[in-house]
Amino acid sequence: MAETNIELLTNSILKRNPIALLVLGICSALAVTGQMATALVMSICLTLVTAFSSLTISIVRFQIPNSVRIGIQITIIATLVILVDEILKAFFFELSKQLSIFVGLIITNCIVMGRAEGFAMSNPPVASFIDGIGNGLGYSLILMLVAFIRELFGAGTLFGIEILQLTTNGGWYIRNGMLVLPASGFFIIATIIWIIRTLDPEQQEKK
Amino acid sequence: MGHHFDIILRSIFLENLPLSFFLGMCTFLAISKQVKAAVGLGSAVLVLQIITVPLNNLILSYLLKPGAFDWAGFGDIDLTFLGLLTYIAIIAATVQILEMVLDRFVPALYNTLGIFLPLLTVNCAILGASLFMVERNYTFTESIAYGIGAGGGFFLAVVALAGIRERLEYANPPAALRGLGLTFVSVGLMAMAFMGLAGL
Repeated sequence: MAETNIELLTNSILKRNPIALLVLGICSALAVTGQMATALVMSICLTLVTAFSSLTISIVRFQIPNSVRIGIQITIIATLVILVDEILKAFFFELSKQLSIFVGLIITNCIVMGRAEGFAMSNPPVASFIDGIGNGLGYSLILMLVAFIRELFGAGTLFGIEILQLTTNGGWYIRNGMLVLPASGFFIIATIIWIIRTLDPEQQEKK
Repeated sequence: MGHHFDIILRSIFLENLPLSFFLGMCTFLAISKQVKAAVGLGSAVLVLQIITVPLNNLILSYLLKPGAFDWAGFGDIDLTFLGLLTYIAIIAATVQILEMVLDRFVPALYNTLGIFLPLLTVNCAILGASLFMVERNYTFTESIAYGIGAGGGFFLAVVALAGIRERLEYANPPAALRGLGLTFVSVGLMAMAFMGLAGL
């Protein structure tokens, strides 16, 4: 193998960040970033699902007939997502209500499918597991960053605890209403991509 | 009837899947470079939504909900936890069947939609619409209206974005913003514009 396990982990978080570079998995990423708490739960769910689906698929990769592999991958992923969903409903009912359909949408998240198809099908289980964790963490990093900006400046709180005292509560901070709207997620991601590509000109698109 | 019309309008403009719930973003961004391709993708999504949302509604009412098996004497079986797996299987099957039917009977349409259909199996907008339908407890007729609205909203958004991106080819942005970054900014502006229709 070309990369050691540690390199695999760090490269997937920074150099090959699934959201910023490959634009995968944006679908469910932005909708839950209004608050840090939901973003954190979503990140944990996605990291676990990616890691374990990569592990499972990698273990059975020699038994999967090539023609039906997508169907089998989706079945494995959907089963894991149902597990996560049921666990959330049982122990964290409030959070699962807030995340509504977005936990279910992990099934169609391109990161999970992409890693299963692109990495786990051709690599041993341990490496696939680590690759899954790395990609999950890379996704979490961007998700938490966007949620941090949106919650701090949109509502003046972090994890529901007041950081910037709002004028409505007798403080000094006037909250930025636009950051609460979904549209702000697009602008924040655009800015993140802009910064990353300025620092690393290799990633810029050719004319 | 007015109530159904209301669902259609609201899902097209106010609760537009890509612009206010970020669903189907991957395909939305990948296939919006040219208007022609965007029209193909948009119509594929529209057709698929109109079929899968009501179909999943029927599956939910007659197979999964508690009490659905009353006729067989298993009144208290609740299979809703199998929902996710069932919906995605239904969507995958519909895509496959639709592809075969189009290929056999309407080759012209198949050539336009064909390449996009398999992509849509794992599109979050398709699964998302079915899940929203479940969460909001739509009836069968309401789910037809929602399918039309959700698909129509996606169609509108993807074609409009493709139009903007075709023009952006001639713009001269900072090198690091070129391509993806600029697309995100345009999508953000579009999302704000759609939100302006909230008073409709």
